[in-house]
Amino acid sequence: MTNSIDEIEFADVIFAIGTNTTENHPVIGSKVKRAVRYHGAKLIVVDPRDIALTKYAELWLRPKAGTNVALVNGIMNVIISEDLQAKDYVKERTEGFEAMKAVVAKFTPERVEEITGVPAANIRAAARLYAKAGKASILYCMGVTQHSTGTDSVKNVANLAMLCGMMGIESGGVNPLRGQGNVQGACDMGCLPNVFPAYQNVTVDDNRARFQKAWGVKLPANVGLTIVEIMNAAHKGDIKGLYVMGENLMMSDPDLHHVEEALKNLDLLVVQDIFLTETAKFAHVVLPAASFAEKDGTFSNTERRVQRVRKAVAPPGMAKPDWQILSGLSTKMGYPMAYASPSEIMDEIRKVTPSYAGITYRRIERRGIQWPCPNTDHPGTKYLHRDRFSRGLGLFSAIDYIPSAEQTDKEYPLIMTTGRILYHYHTGTMTRLARGSMERYPESLVEINPRDAERFGIEDEKLVKVTSRRGSVTAKASLTDRSPEGTIFMNFHFREAAVNLLTNSVLDPLAKIPEYKVSAVRIEAAGA
Amino acid sequence: MNKILITIDGRQLEAKPGQTILEVAKENGIYIPTLCYYAATRVVGACRVCVVEVENSRTLVASCAMPVSPGMVVKTDTPRVRESQKLVVELLWSAGDHNCLVCESNGQCELQDLIYWLKIEKPRFKIEAPGYPLEKTNTMIQRDLNKCVLCGRCIRACNEIQVNEVLDFFERGSKMKVGPAFDADYIDSNCVFCGACVDACPTGAIVNKQSRFEGRPWDLQKIRTTCGYCGVGCQMDLNVYDGKVVKVTGNKEYGTPNQGSLCVKGRFGMEFIHHPSRLKTPLIKQANGEFKEADWDEAYDFIAGKLKSIKKKHGADSLAGLSSARCTNEENYLFQKFMRTVIGTNNVDHCARL
Ligand code: SF4
Ligand code: SF4
Ligand code: SF4
Repeated sequence: MTNSIDEIEFADVIFAIGTNTTENHPVIGSKVKRAVRYHGAKLIVVDPRDIALTKYAELWLRPKAGTNVALVNGIMNVIISEDLQAKDYVKERTEGFEAMKAVVAKFTPERVEEITGVPAANIRAAARLYAKAGKASILYCMGVTQHSTGTDSVKNVANLAMLCGMMGIESGGVNPLRGQGNVQGACDMGCLPNVFPAYQNVTVDDNRARFQKAWGVKLPANVGLTIVEIMNAAHKGDIKGLYVMGENLMMSDPDLHHVEEALKNLDLLVVQDIFLTETAKFAHVVLPAASFAEKDGTFSNTERRVQRVRKAVAPPGMAKPDWQILSGLSTKMGYPMAYASPSEIMDEIRKVTPSYAGITYRRIERRGIQWPCPNTDHPGTKYLHRDRFSRGLGLFSAIDYIPSAEQTDKEYPLIMTTGRILYHYHTGTMTRLARGSMERYPESLVEINPRDAERFGIEDEKLVKVTSRRGSVTAKASLTDRSPEGTIFMNFHFREAAVNLLTNSVLDPLAKIPEYKVSAVRIEAAGA
Repeated sequence: MNKILITIDGRQLEAKPGQTILEVAKENGIYIPTLCYYAATRVVGACRVCVVEVENSRTLVASCAMPVSPGMVVKTDTPRVRESQKLVVELLWSAGDHNCLVCESNGQCELQDLIYWLKIEKPRFKIEAPGYPLEKTNTMIQRDLNKCVLCGRCIRACNEIQVNEVLDFFERGSKMKVGPAFDADYIDSNCVFCGACVDACPTGAIVNKQSRFEGRPWDLQKIRTTCGYCGVGCQMDLNVYDGKVVKVTGNKEYGTPNQGSLCVKGRFGMEFIHHPSRLKTPLIKQANGEFKEADWDEAYDFIAGKLKSIKKKHGADSLAGLSSARCTNEENYLFQKFMRTVIGTNNVDHCARL
């Protein structure tokens, strides 16, 4: 997030696009609702589904799944044609405006209505509301990124914020809400194929030289493979060995049949986890890890705040924290790692990660610090891009609308989108063991609009078979107006109805994120 | 900024305009008991436990609701104040079934504390509990409205802090109750089991059912940590008894990012920690496809041998690693360091894209 969680409550306008935050990040959801109920904020919700937040919205735009780019272009079209943009800000702090303007000019509200299904009047209203706000905050999540055009969409919401001068101000900004605990930290720490910690590119000689010096070995200069590319390479036989730490590929990856074949193809699969997950079953070696309650360390939350994780209980049996397992293996392999504690690892991280340089366990004992924090006197950074963007001038990107990779047709007439529900988490390994979650949400439900249900002969609470070009799964139907006509919704928490048997592994060309939000499917009653 | 001078219990104090008597007293270490007062929610001044004497005012005033004014003279500790507080507390006591012997909140109950602090031996009124049945219809939150003092804190926590808008008062007079609309049980309402009402309740009327009989408040050790479920990174206390996490509580004092709020996953989703199906030893797959338990050295040797031979035969880029958002920064750092140094490849990624 460019801004902080606490700032959301004090925005004048909140523009929530593709984020079902009351279920995915409930505590942030409450802040959005408080902003509306108690601080007079106006909420704009952009989502095909009738999520809980729509009840609090001044405006709810309901675009067809996969048309976010066109919608945001339409909003910017109105802002520019009505001359509502922040002219001084655009002139002084950005570049690339003219090129962006030229593309956006094609997206009149009427044309965008045709693409997205959102009435032109609502597009105009949203544009005016956002542009005229003193402080407007954009929130987004996987509903924006999990498309084959996800990177475009992310750039486009940044365009919108810059156009109206909402970047670099308190309670403004562009705020991706991270769905999983320490995703932010995993990225910050360089668990990415192209960058070292703090996003320092591996292809830059200077960067490599610095890390070579710090780590004492020669480092590879070529960019590595992303997760879906790795699975494809394993399928082809180019990847022979895979080390998986705390990740359940056999539930979370798109196109599971493909994943299964890939895993079976490996000469070595090491899975380090707290449970014998679906993925671990394919492993040659399984290593028992400690859970978050059994180890010390830090997590970085979605607002870049580095906070302490503390050991409360001992791990079961011979299980060990991941950092100890890695140190042990590395030492065995001739590269000694002798850390006495995670705080010693943090001291090493600080030396090679400029944005974490000022973060010590002592300083974050009582309250976490938000990076960038370049030295131990620095208080941390509440919001980014205050006086300048990291690259100097903010760059507008001209982004045209490209339809989703998979379109509906006669055989697969419906769109399926996927996501989470409040009571469960990711692949369900943890929440499915929680009595409460299982009592509230015991099995996977396919949310279907009643009119679609009628058209395809589906009954409420009866089994429905959902089929895509890649496979089919069967689960109980839940007829609800939450889903718009033509679109069904499934969650991915249940292995019995592993929705990723259906999803499309087509990747966004830059971010390499699979297009979970749009697959073409058909539905039929499955008896019983 | 202009300051206001007031006197509390003979002490001259500086106050800011708009502050209440209670706030100024608190700031200066003067104790005034409260019950319905709940930080970060509307002040309702309903319970009359926080009353004080204010010079020139005929009646006692609720200190939580009364703003200070210049020259105000306040007394918190007079016979009249204490008598009034006792009356209020005895009425609450006698209107419920406050049997601390079996109450989960024994030892962390604000009603119990008030009775003790006011040195009340026994209420002057006959104890007449309403006789509500215990709410047993869900596994997470247990309600015993016979212990409810109608302070409304659960309602304000649910509506004003969480904005879940599930709870309210209904009925009037002696039949007054709190709960979801139409007196429904939580499980049949829109309740999302965030548990804010559990943390808000001053008595044993709303308790965490999963930790019932799992450890007395004074035996629990609270360990502050960061929730590992979603990216909010809520600050929470793991309550440990006898080597086991028995419940999770929020703590307003930790402040940002969650100010004490949690969601159902953070609060009730921690059973996995002690689940019997946790992995306890390394496992190595045998030729017959079965796993066999191994010790760490065997497992390390097996992996090290295989990694080395694959690297030798097919090169470092035939190996890859995937890390996780469930692991700490330190672990993610070591993971990519391991892949880049020991293995020698940039084939390292994690699940953020998914
Ligand atoms: S658990 Fe949360 S949603 Fe349910 S009644 Fe209590 S405060 Fe409201
Ligand atoms: S249930 Fe607890 S918090 Fe709610 S009104 Fe009764 S005593 Fe107060
Ligand atoms: S308690 Fe809920 S909202 Fe808070 S971090 Fe955990 S999962 Fe996220």
